[in-house]
Amino acid sequence: MMNQYSNHCVDFNASHVLHRLYEIQHTERHISAESMTLVADEFKMSVSQVASVVSFYSFFYLEPVGRYHIQFSNCTSCGYQVGQLNLLEKICRLLSVVTGKTREDGWVSVGETSCTGMCDHGASMLINGMPLARLDDERITQISCLISEQKPLEQWPVEWFRVESSIQKHGLLLSETLQPGSSLKKVLVSAPQQILNHIIDSGLRGRGGAGFGTGKKWQFCRDATGEARYVVCNADEGEPGTFKDRVLLENNADALFEGMAICAYVIGAKKGYLYLRGEYRYLLGHLQNVLKRRYAKNLLGQSILEQAGFDFDIEIVVGAGAYICGEESALIESLEGKPGIPQIRPPFPVTHGYLGQPTVVNNVETFIAATHIAKNGSGWFKSMGTKESTGSKILSVSGDCRIPGVYEYPYGVSIQQVLDDCGADNVQAVQIGGPAGTMVARKDFSRQISFEDLSTGGSFLIFGENCDLLSVNQNFARFFAHESCGFCTPCRVGTSLLTNSLQKIMDGRATPLDIHEIKQLSALVKRYSHCGLGHTAANHILDSLQQFSERFEKRLTQKTFTPQIDLDAALAAARKMTGRDDADAHLE
Amino acid sequence: MANNEHTITIDGTEIHFKAGQTIMDAALSAKIYIPHLCHYPGLTPSGNCRLCVVELNGKDVTACTTQAQPGQQIRNQTPELNAARMAITQMLFVEGNHICPSCEKSGNCKLQAMGYYLGMRDEHYPQFNPRREMDASHPAVLLDRSRCILCDLCVRASREIDGKNVFAIAGRGIHAHLIVNTVSGKLGDSDIAVDDVAANICPVGAILIKEKGYVAPIGRRIYDQHMISDVAFDEHVPEHKEHGND
Repeated sequence: MMNQYSNHCVDFNASHVLHRLYEIQHTERHISAESMTLVADEFKMSVSQVASVVSFYSFFYLEPVGRYHIQFSNCTSCGYQVGQLNLLEKICRLLSVVTGKTREDGWVSVGETSCTGMCDHGASMLINGMPLARLDDERITQISCLISEQKPLEQWPVEWFRVESSIQKHGLLLSETLQPGSSLKKVLVSAPQQILNHIIDSGLRGRGGAGFGTGKKWQFCRDATGEARYVVCNADEGEPGTFKDRVLLENNADALFEGMAICAYVIGAKKGYLYLRGEYRYLLGHLQNVLKRRYAKNLLGQSILEQAGFDFDIEIVVGAGAYICGEESALIESLEGKPGIPQIRPPFPVTHGYLGQPTVVNNVETFIAATHIAKNGSGWFKSMGTKESTGSKILSVSGDCRIPGVYEYPYGVSIQQVLDDCGADNVQAVQIGGPAGTMVARKDFSRQISFEDLSTGGSFLIFGENCDLLSVNQNFARFFAHESCGFCTPCRVGTSLLTNSLQKIMDGRATPLDIHEIKQLSALVKRYSHCGLGHTAANHILDSLQQFSERFEKRLTQKTFTPQIDLDAALAAARKMTGRDDADAHLE
Repeated sequence: MANNEHTITIDGTEIHFKAGQTIMDAALSAKIYIPHLCHYPGLTPSGNCRLCVVELNGKDVTACTTQAQPGQQIRNQTPELNAARMAITQMLFVEGNHICPSCEKSGNCKLQAMGYYLGMRDEHYPQFNPRREMDASHPAVLLDRSRCILCDLCVRASREIDGKNVFAIAGRGIHAHLIVNTVSGKLGDSDIAVDDVAANICPVGAILIKEKGYVAPIGRRIYDQHMISDVAFDEHVPEHKEHGND
């Protein structure tokens, strides 16, 4: 029998507008007005719709990027600042290129991008979309040599591109092995509602961080009326410091797709999507192979495992650089080929999701947990964890520690325990849940990872004694300003204002009044923004101000007021024009 | 009708609502003002400006997108909410280039009127001074993005009322901007007409009708004479017109 695979997955390029635009970006190195008109025609979209999409996603460019296009991660763990060394500046110097501007000969461009999920690999970049990790001084010199020689990427050393699955601690899920189809086989002898009851009974909650009951979500979707139902896996792992989904996609793709199929069986879906972040495009071939094998074994497609009427297909859609698409309603917008702007909720995707139909959106880890619960029973799952947080949590541990990597613990584990295991001494603070999460100071390291205490999607960033926490805040603030979708005023304007205000403190020009201002602005952005991005964007500042206020105070000037702009610096252009640099040409 | 079956309470005043109305609709019908800039009765609400955030049973919701439900207790005029509204208005001022003294819209501008209403004395936040493109390519309609507050009203009016699709918002974050749905991106190549709702609904001076200036002199314009809170109740877009029949 022919498998369904070829119809559904191989020719993904033309089927989705994001894929079509990727193809154009890849071959023409930008998306021209002509291309946009062409795509608009092909997809029966208006030109402005296409233009909105192109300008929304970071990996699409209106002007040509270089033949070698380098995007350095600017995350605190896998970013380009390595101690005193700035790798981005270094490569720009070596290649005579200015950040954000393609070199005149069209060969090179260098820029920044948000965390690429390589935090356990040290400084990382994407070069023409491919991850290149473990960067150091020497590697940067080697890279610039190869680029100067115009050596094709295919001829670069293969080991440079190797991405490891650094699993340091196997817990409940990671110790499981799955014979593809074994869980699904077990599921198919029971009625969907029975399976659902197991999931509900297990107490499984969404692993993305918000922690909504998975069984409850599936039940709502099952009960909702609609013409079709959809299963969506959120593999848009964009929270800086998170990389456990990358490792799960590398090692546990079968369990993931099986979980999606089980969900489909429970809710009655015929179609599922894996929304993969653009930074993980390099995993696409692997994931498609797994899908192909599953189609061949009749674990996907028509009449799955000979069960008449159980038809389910999975398609992969690859994003194009937008953190906000990790928010489920934004993800659905993106799946539909639109800019990822969060929608007003309610209605929730579970009743009005993809194409307006009932849709379950779950995290990679959640589906994998569901697969094993279906196989091993809810009792197995509940044997670990706490009352409100059953089972385990897979953490991405990185930053100032000797053994970064993926660690799986029963819920309820203390921060100190994780720090001990990963070899982190003299830790100043830990950021749980990424920039959107909670900053925890040393005195609180007995706090627990759980929905009752510190909830996290998996990011566990460690900041050692010598780390300048204010620069961490500045890094996070820039991240949110860059990733704000721009829909609502408080987040669009507020995240930029916060970045500027933190810069003023960093520059040593801020006064106590500015601290008061920052607190007020943070509270405003948090309370009045439209979606979770805005609601959490200022948490790190409020946390820091509360726990590390002395670090801010040390940077303040003793004046009662200083203007936001540096007036003397603002005169630099005038000095240059007049050729003056004497004392009278300066304000101070 | 049973007590509170179709009523909500805003700041202690109980008002009736019709099924399907939002809190904003119900408030406007009852002549209760909830500050707003991106909402215009008759258009699909968007909820982007965030001025109409009210407290509903202790939660913050946008009045323009939240359905009225029997018995809702809503707080609207609180010092805290109004302080936030002023801060948001100030944000809208500093992110663009608002030139009130020389803007043709001065006195008829809702952003300016909102500032007056909320007692705004300065812009508070540092100016962004962005460079934004002006589009004077159309013979009758001027688009000055410097004054745009991204309220999306022209986008919706064009699609929902004019039966066209002249505008869209593109870009992300602070780089979000209004674009025109033509290959050239120019308004002059679009099918916008001077009497389209989209050409006239702009709450600020971003979309202006050319060759028509200062018909009402400064001092005798809408918000020179009235608070925005007093004249917000009778607005409604005209019915949808079929494209090409006009």
